[in-house]
Amino acid sequence: MSDSEEFKKALADWNVKNDKAAAKFPDRKAKFVTGSNAPVERLYSPEDLEGRDYMADLGLPGEYPYTRGVQGSMYRGRLWTMRQYAGFASAEESNARYKYLLAQGQTGLSVAFDLPTQIGYDSDHALAAGEIGKVGVAIDSLADMETLFGGIPLDKVSTSMTINAPAAVLLAMYIAVAEKQGVSAEKLDGTIQNDILKEYVARGTYIFPPAPSMRLITDIFAYCAKEVPNWNTISISGYHIREAGATAVQEVAFTLADGIAYVEAAIKAGLDVDDFAPRLSFFFNAHNDLFEEVAKFRAARRIWSKIMRERFGARNPKSCMLRFHTQTGGSTLTAQQPDNNIVRVAIQALAAVLGGTQSLHTNSRDEALALPSEQSVRIALRTQQIIAYESGAAETPDPLAGSYYVESLTNSIEERALAYLKRIDDLGGAVKAIEQGYVQQEIQDSAYAWQMDVEKNERIVVGLNKFQVAEAAPKGLLRVDPAVGERQVAKLQRLRASRDNGAVAAALAALKTAALGDANLMPPILAAVKTYATLGEICDVLRGVFGEYRPSVMF
Amino acid sequence: MERIIRVLVAKPGLDGHDRGAKVIARALRDAGMEVIYTGLRQTPEQIVQAAVQEDVDVVALSILSGAHNHLFPRVVELLKEAGADDVLVFGGGVIPEDDIPFLKSKGIAEVFGPGTPTQTTVDFIRANLKRK
Repeated sequence: MSDSEEFKKALADWNVKNDKAAAKFPDRKAKFVTGSNAPVERLYSPEDLEGRDYMADLGLPGEYPYTRGVQGSMYRGRLWTMRQYAGFASAEESNARYKYLLAQGQTGLSVAFDLPTQIGYDSDHALAAGEIGKVGVAIDSLADMETLFGGIPLDKVSTSMTINAPAAVLLAMYIAVAEKQGVSAEKLDGTIQNDILKEYVARGTYIFPPAPSMRLITDIFAYCAKEVPNWNTISISGYHIREAGATAVQEVAFTLADGIAYVEAAIKAGLDVDDFAPRLSFFFNAHNDLFEEVAKFRAARRIWSKIMRERFGARNPKSCMLRFHTQTGGSTLTAQQPDNNIVRVAIQALAAVLGGTQSLHTNSRDEALALPSEQSVRIALRTQQIIAYESGAAETPDPLAGSYYVESLTNSIEERALAYLKRIDDLGGAVKAIEQGYVQQEIQDSAYAWQMDVEKNERIVVGLNKFQVAEAAPKGLLRVDPAVGERQVAKLQRLRASRDNGAVAAALAALKTAALGDANLMPPILAAVKTYATLGEICDVLRGVFGEYRPSVMF
Repeated sequence: MERIIRVLVAKPGLDGHDRGAKVIARALRDAGMEVIYTGLRQTPEQIVQAAVQEDVDVVALSILSGAHNHLFPRVVELLKEAGADDVLVFGGGVIPEDDIPFLKSKGIAEVFGPGTPTQTTVDFIRANLKRK
């Protein structure tokens, strides 16, 4: 009997034996499913991978199709970048938090902006009232940006900025701050999120309609290819899609569909795919289903490399590499027994590392309650350091490769995500699918189904629908001083009174002319920020030319 | 026959997190209520205008950005000015427990935090409706 025949016989016998056992001692639940509702079989074995081709499916780390990771050595060469998303109140307070994080061994910065900044309103705009400095730092002008990065040499850190609709303006401010530090743009290393499509479906900080938004994005691609070559010009984000309720499969599918839309827009704008695609980066979530999450990252890399090579004809290997940041899942945190969140975050962070992430943010235990306290942020960072230095997960690339279960999950996620991509192509691409509400509806259906499963106890959330305790309200939550708003408004008014307002008006007029035509918008935006024109003033010029996005409301 | 309860689910302020608002909207609809969802970025003025126009019995507010102390009380005040102080107003989101007494003193009937079952909200509305 050959090895394979021997195995088949053993497996058949095993199944008979275990069917009998199950009849006597039933499984603890009627069906086993992953987080994305894929059935989980009783056993995974070589049978599940029969007929698969190792080199076509996996290849080697650092080689096409990059299933096993984008670098050959992965974390043996260099650990992932530990990058905690932070920012609150004023530029001064956020600057102090960044210095604290760098002193604790963090290796990159990640800037959170407040909502008025993200939506292109100055702090003295009526809609900014109550929101200033709440979910991030308030930035009105280059003056705030100079304070934010004061004493932090921009040629020594990489900085990620979660900014989308006004990304061009904040990037311009960053370039201008660097210039003042004597650091040229070509030395800058960092990322702007700059992903408007997921704002329409999941995150909500849009300003302009899709067409001019796509123009701003492709203008940034073109400008950075020449002037800021090491900058990640976009972070195509599944994170918020997942937080809004999508499953792991939908996260991959909708993110890659957005990615396809950006690549198509840039090619349509006349760029060569290999000129901009190496600077595309991605941003994914990590939830609790450890093996499915690892498989998700692996499947995403494989799908993207094939899309880039086969659909867009990319020749540069870097164009085919899906590099990504990961953040652990905010929506998985519970307000109940918040210390349990430390454990959830550890599992999720481990999934990201086993899945080959390039950088990682670990959430803090108290984030279902408030912005994280300094102590909570330190535990979150320490969680990454324990995985990096103690767990052994970083010692060899893609350590779960070859697991029958993980490879089967990787294959099934790929298959299900490709089916979604086909459906979105049939609808005319991601922009059309979003305009028609298809993506939003899919996400909302998943969110509602999840909630109902939790309420029926079909999904257990420890401390929430099982193992509850009576507990007192937690102490020591971070509170943003309500006077931050007034101080920021006063600072802005002083700026408006002290700058050269003639130069501001001239720069804004030049920006308007550029926006009405089809010139690249980055140079006039950079010129405007250098005159200390405010974010709101610059965005108002663009609102005047481009109009504003009006979403259709559904639930 | 029992009268159908009309609810406005609203997102005041600039916060873009509306997973919770949409889940609540759908759960209330599934519970037999008539539900209108405002969409994102509503000012308190816009919310009150919609509440009056749609003649709702309930306004359910959701904020996860921390702007609740500023925006929730404003909605109650404006409803009162519009002569609609018989509308039941409650809220939910990421709201520290320490803020809840203040919000209640300003006329927010209840504040629901993360993890609240949708049935709790349904029951709360049925038990606390001000308009009969």
